[in-house]
Amino acid sequence: MKTICLYFEIHQIIHLRRYRFFDIGTDHYYYDDYENERTITDIVNRSYIPALTAMLDMINNSNKYFKVAFSISGVAMEQLEVYAPQVIELLQKLAETGCVEFLAEPYSHGLSSLANGEYFKEEVLRMSKKIEEVFGQKPRVMRNSSLIYSNEIGNMAAEMGFDGIVTEGAKHILGWKSPHYLYKSIENPNLKVLLRDYKLSDDIGLRFNDSSWSEYPLFADTYINWIDELPKEEQVICIFMELCALGIYQPLSSNILEFFKALPELARSKSISFSTPTEICTKLKPVDSIDVPYPMSWVDEERDISCWLGNQMQREAFNKLYSVADRVRMCSDKMIKCDYDYLQASNNFRFMTTKRTSVGLNRGIYDSPYDAFTNYMNIIGDFINRVNRLFPVDMDNEELNSLITTIHNQSDELELKDKEIEKLRARLKKYEPDSSVVEKAEKAVTAVKKTAAKKPATKKAAAPKKATADKKKTETAKKAETK
Amino acid sequence: MKVLMFGWEFPPHILGGLGTASYGLTKGLAQQSDMDITFCLPKPWGDEDQSFMKIIAMDKVPVVWREPDHNYLCERLGNIMSADTYYDLRNHIYADFNYMQTNDLGCIEFSGRYPDNLQEEINNYSIVAGVVARQQQFDIIHAHDWLTYPAGIHAKQVSGKPLCIHVHATDFDRSRGNVNPTVYAIERNGMDHADCIMCVSELTRQTVITKYGQDPKKCFTMHNAVYPLPQEIQDIVPQKKEGEKVVTFLGRITMQKGPEYFVEAATMVINRSRNIRFCMAGSGDMMNAMIDLVAKRGIADRFHFPGFMKGKQVYECLKASDVYIMPSVSEPFGISPLEAMQCGVPTIISKQSGCAEILDKCIKTDYWDIHAMADAINSICTNNSLYEYLKEEGKKEVDEITWEKVGLRIRKLYDETIEKCK
Repeated sequence: MKTICLYFEIHQIIHLRRYRFFDIGTDHYYYDDYENERTITDIVNRSYIPALTAMLDMINNSNKYFKVAFSISGVAMEQLEVYAPQVIELLQKLAETGCVEFLAEPYSHGLSSLANGEYFKEEVLRMSKKIEEVFGQKPRVMRNSSLIYSNEIGNMAAEMGFDGIVTEGAKHILGWKSPHYLYKSIENPNLKVLLRDYKLSDDIGLRFNDSSWSEYPLFADTYINWIDELPKEEQVICIFMELCALGIYQPLSSNILEFFKALPELARSKSISFSTPTEICTKLKPVDSIDVPYPMSWVDEERDISCWLGNQMQREAFNKLYSVADRVRMCSDKMIKCDYDYLQASNNFRFMTTKRTSVGLNRGIYDSPYDAFTNYMNIIGDFINRVNRLFPVDMDNEELNSLITTIHNQSDELELKDKEIEKLRARLKKYEPDSSVVEKAEKAVTAVKKTAAKKPATKKAAAPKKATADKKKTETAKKAETK
Repeated sequence: MKVLMFGWEFPPHILGGLGTASYGLTKGLAQQSDMDITFCLPKPWGDEDQSFMKIIAMDKVPVVWREPDHNYLCERLGNIMSADTYYDLRNHIYADFNYMQTNDLGCIEFSGRYPDNLQEEINNYSIVAGVVARQQQFDIIHAHDWLTYPAGIHAKQVSGKPLCIHVHATDFDRSRGNVNPTVYAIERNGMDHADCIMCVSELTRQTVITKYGQDPKKCFTMHNAVYPLPQEIQDIVPQKKEGEKVVTFLGRITMQKGPEYFVEAATMVINRSRNIRFCMAGSGDMMNAMIDLVAKRGIADRFHFPGFMKGKQVYECLKASDVYIMPSVSEPFGISPLEAMQCGVPTIISKQSGCAEILDKCIKTDYWDIHAMADAINSICTNNSLYEYLKEEGKKEVDEITWEKVGLRIRKLYDETIEKCK
């Protein structure tokens, strides 16, 4: 039996404001609040609300025959929480039906998977946790930003314990193979790979309302027939797109939602079912492994990462941004962590592309790639200054890391010693009458303290435990610098 | 096809961009084997490149019948014109110009520059053009810039051949809107009589259509181009100081070029950086005002005025720069950014420049947006990837813009115009 796996991406970036280099060091607010509010409410009203409501109806009307999966980036979630909490509520209602699956993805919708594995994992797990908190289900399948996938990314997904990953069914990877099967990663046979059928996906997401397209106008029965006519052995049809394809790229006036609503019944009549990614991963056996040595994605004709890292400006911005990834991960400054999430969004790199594409690219407030680059680099300049203020610049990350672990271990050690002192004191009380023993015990206590004092971080032992961890860090770091 | 061209300047004796453009355009056109170009100049010096066309010296064309001694005539004409041409032209004097001030050869003297009595020179040029038009055989007339429009009209009336005019600039560009009525009248008259108007950019074309009320159907955009740099200039070794960046403005220091915006942007950059210097090369009526402004802003220690440059100096200066900037308020085309890009210098131009229409690998800002300008300058000076990208891609882009391609487009327009006027 054939099954359709529908998945929608929900992601909107936090728009950066015009940030001149005069602002570096004086103004640390990088965002255009007006633009953020305007775009998110516009998209919510024109696309998210009508589309999600329609899907809820589809689930209820089809008696839970219809199933769908979503992924939400952390930045989009934050914006929805602020400007459109009704979308979150709607998603929660969808989650309650049991027909909806949420996938994990990097919190920032950034490119950390290509730069810093540790940061990437941290981000994905953070998002995973957030999904669990909000929607009450722990993601079993993940997707990377813009479906970027390579063997290496597959390894990281497997290490994090995911059952599957969704990505693009790019021609240059598949060759003669069909995307309509379940595959597994070549290096981690336990990680299933679901491949997007870009033709069927783009028929809806890209061409539905294009009157110059030979298949225009597309009707739901034609579409289901296409799927039905596929060879019998090809069972998994993955249709992935952005949620705003329904309503923004394809306006509601094109009747895209009516098209959508007709799908479950028509599919049922051809005995084609709907499944969520996890269902496919658990029910089906992978037919073959898939080898992706170089990253691929679902963007542009090339289906690679050239639209984010194609020119040297993009690569410089990327390298600068991820040069501080470890430091941001180690620090505990909330504002910095938050800014880092917003700055990573891959869209910021897309604005700098110099590729000529047939699809018109919306560059936002920027009128050229150079403009986008300049603005972004100004912000990164300020941001890196802020990060560097937390740690000494001339110390390399490893050294810093080991110092931080030392501090961490020492506080554990001190805690142990405190307990020991307590114990000794307690024991002392027993021998209270015998004063000579008391003296001995006192000496023992001071001896313990002395040994601790030899280590650099011990002054903190005397300091109250309230002192925050990062204060300790900075102080030790300063000490290390003066050394 | 024979073309009679009227121009005012020609290299190597040039005063502005007009001469360079006239040269490039003529040479590009002459690449087509059946092109026969006669170029009329008010005062050639004899060292012009005549390999691809014939030059007629307007100050050696008789308008009054004189019978000079043959040897004396040859001596006076030098290598600029042959005596036979002189005699032939003399046979075509069409009216009695004895009241005019002429020399012993019966010719009117020209300065070939932009003197105070420019109006009179333009008029004289047109009188002489009448003789030339009667003597020469040609299929089409091509007049460069307003100074030669009256001559073009005259030639058209004499010969009945179609007239193309080439708008290299309009008075709206030169005066930021306060047009000189006399100049406007000459320009307008030329455009009204023209069968085909070639404008150096869409920007200029729009001015011609809206401000001069011309029919859009006869106005065409004909962007300029550049010639590859000669080997001698390519070989110039850039003189760069380690750890110091130079931002250069090169052009006439006059209202049209927006020098004050450059100074203001420079002030912002200098206040925030330590290793960037600014250079305003050229001279012009606003130079003293700019020196004052720089002093007033307190940045004179890092803002320099090396003065007027020509020939090789220009390229030496460009090659020593890290950023070239042209903040023109209104620039019909602006060839200099193309030259800077040829030298591999990242370029910032104003959106109000005609060349912005064909350039992509450079930064474009509004001329009044000094913040954007300062930001762009700083970005190129601090982000090496942007510098390298604009340097390499810019050079590649500008190498694709050639006069041969322009020549082919002009030829097509000639053919269409001749067809239309039959």
